[in-house]
Amino acid sequence: MPETVRITMEHGSGGQATGELIGEIFAPAFRNEVLGQMEDSAVVSGSGRIAVTTDSFVVTPLVFRGGDIGRLCVCGTVNDLLMRGAVPRYLTCGFILEEGLEIELLRRIVRSLAETAAEAGVQIIAGDTKVIEGNGGLIINTTGVGSVPDGLDISAGNAGEGDAVLVSGTMGDHHAAILGERLQIESDIESDCAPLGEIVKGLLDGGIRVRTLRDVTRGGLGTVLKELAEASGKCFIIEEDAVPVSARVRDFCGLLGLDPLYMGNEGKLVAVVPREQAAEALEIMKNARYGSGAAVIGKVAGAGEGTEAGELLMRTQIGGVRRLTVLQGEGLPRIC
Amino acid sequence: MNLEEIKQYLKEYNGPELKIMEVCGSHTGAIARNGIPGLVSDRIRLISGPGCPVCVTPSSYIDRLIDLCLTPGVCVVTFGDLMRVPGSRMSLQQASGMGGRVKMVYSPMDVFPMAQREPETTFVFAAVGFETTAPVYALMVEQILEDHIENIRLLTALRTMPGIIDRLCAGGADIQGFLAPGHVAVVTGSKAFEPLAAKYSLPFGVAGFTGEQILTALCGIVKACERAKSGKDGGLVMNFYPSVVTREGNTEAQELVERYFGVSDAVWRGMGMVPASGRLLREEFAALDAGSRDLTEDHKINKACCCDKVLMGKMKPTQCPLFQKVCSPLRPQGACMVSTEGNCYTYYVNHRE
Repeated sequence: MPETVRITMEHGSGGQATGELIGEIFAPAFRNEVLGQMEDSAVVSGSGRIAVTTDSFVVTPLVFRGGDIGRLCVCGTVNDLLMRGAVPRYLTCGFILEEGLEIELLRRIVRSLAETAAEAGVQIIAGDTKVIEGNGGLIINTTGVGSVPDGLDISAGNAGEGDAVLVSGTMGDHHAAILGERLQIESDIESDCAPLGEIVKGLLDGGIRVRTLRDVTRGGLGTVLKELAEASGKCFIIEEDAVPVSARVRDFCGLLGLDPLYMGNEGKLVAVVPREQAAEALEIMKNARYGSGAAVIGKVAGAGEGTEAGELLMRTQIGGVRRLTVLQGEGLPRIC
Repeated sequence: MNLEEIKQYLKEYNGPELKIMEVCGSHTGAIARNGIPGLVSDRIRLISGPGCPVCVTPSSYIDRLIDLCLTPGVCVVTFGDLMRVPGSRMSLQQASGMGGRVKMVYSPMDVFPMAQREPETTFVFAAVGFETTAPVYALMVEQILEDHIENIRLLTALRTMPGIIDRLCAGGADIQGFLAPGHVAVVTGSKAFEPLAAKYSLPFGVAGFTGEQILTALCGIVKACERAKSGKDGGLVMNFYPSVVTREGNTEAQELVERYFGVSDAVWRGMGMVPASGRLLREEFAALDAGSRDLTEDHKINKACCCDKVLMGKMKPTQCPLFQKVCSPLRPQGACMVSTEGNCYTYYVNHRE
């Protein structure tokens, strides 16, 4: 058993305790040539078009069914790079540790982060650690760098009339898993937290002329599609029956008065592709590790279909039409 | 009739204009989510009534919760959607940001472990709800008494459906039928609506919450209206949710509620005092009450807010001058825009017109 079991302000001093923390926890997990240089900044190779994104991860609890903050902070950033067609290459990690954080827990999270980075094919090239007063929490910021192949243009505004709209799997799993943990509702719903590189690579290598990709995170599918409709100035029409939601998540939402269309994921994407390639794209997604639940859920309305620009419509199971907007406020469980 | 025939009947209805009111927030939400207004004839107008417990809670109730949560040694415990409801000065969420102690829970029973962990803190549960939720509060009271727990109190805002429906009808509301609340009827039984149906000669259809269940009940209500037109008495209660609703209801739950809570007059947001439309802890259990009795004040946050008319079915949310212009889910001016079961919220997020 190590002597220190929790983080103290000393670990942020920059002195010996900091050195030990890095030596014991971070260095063994992240070891690579670039980090090994131990310089003030990392120098790496790269040319052409570069994609860059940054995200800070704050989640309670730090470890949840299906993942932890370490896996999450890699998936979130890597997926953001992928959504522009970039090949993820480098990641930086800034750790803000709260006093009282269990060192064993930190070790577990750092290991998970390193394993997920390896799975996603990114190299961790720079890092930082700070300690703040607090209550045993942990915040991680990651910045991701990727290279964008020449000639590739994947963007929110590219949807064209008649295009097909696909999702890579069931909606709301991450959100339901986290909320279940927080509200201490017994359930076996797992977060879907996963890197989506295999799906994106599959689509691009398979010759699919992908117009738009978006990962379905906070705000859920409804918010993402409404934003795509507005960005492209087109009308999106989806079928309620076709949107995949697991029975467990559906029951969970029913219990709490939540709508799976507005529940976040951390390992699902929306793809807009030419209609004639929809079946092929679906097949590619289904064959990927994190895409087995993929489905075609709707289309971008064609000219003359009597629909309005920037709108998102859903044909309901009983044949009605529901007009959807972005998520309003926070999804709070209701009374009855 | 199968679903297709029901849809055809409702779409092709060509009789006199019918206004059918749903008095359950879950129905309001389900009607919008299923796109039901577009599936019925223009001559059938669906009107939302005062069926969201959060929306009908007067501002003095919220003010009292805020005072409590800012009192040292007191923690307010509540369901999520009460957090953002505006009182006359602020919401619980804002009070929490100012250092007030507010805990959000999913089940009222979660308050027991909290109270055990912190014996020096008084936990006040915001017991808001209709007949559906009241039995859970009765169970809470039972456990508090059995275990001699000294640091849990209830601030109640319990409302009952028949009283408010009576007020709507007596006030001359132009309504030809009611989609009666399925969840409430599970507890009260469908018989709870029989006196009203008889008194006003109106059809009540107890409905479930799927699109098909709602359409089926609407079809039954419209047909009853048609029959009434030809001279037959339209005043009847139809149970379209027989899988869980009986005529008698859950008598055990009814007795439990009756044991601890007596019938009382109650103030509804924007509607004033309505006789026999609520419940309060009985005198002998008054020690458990955190001051629910005198909460009769009801301030409007914005003078132009029409929540009262919306709740009475006299105005559609979209007809309120504040709707979408000043009042939105992010900056609600009235309670109906706060709760996900609120009329205005449902209209806003679903662009219902």
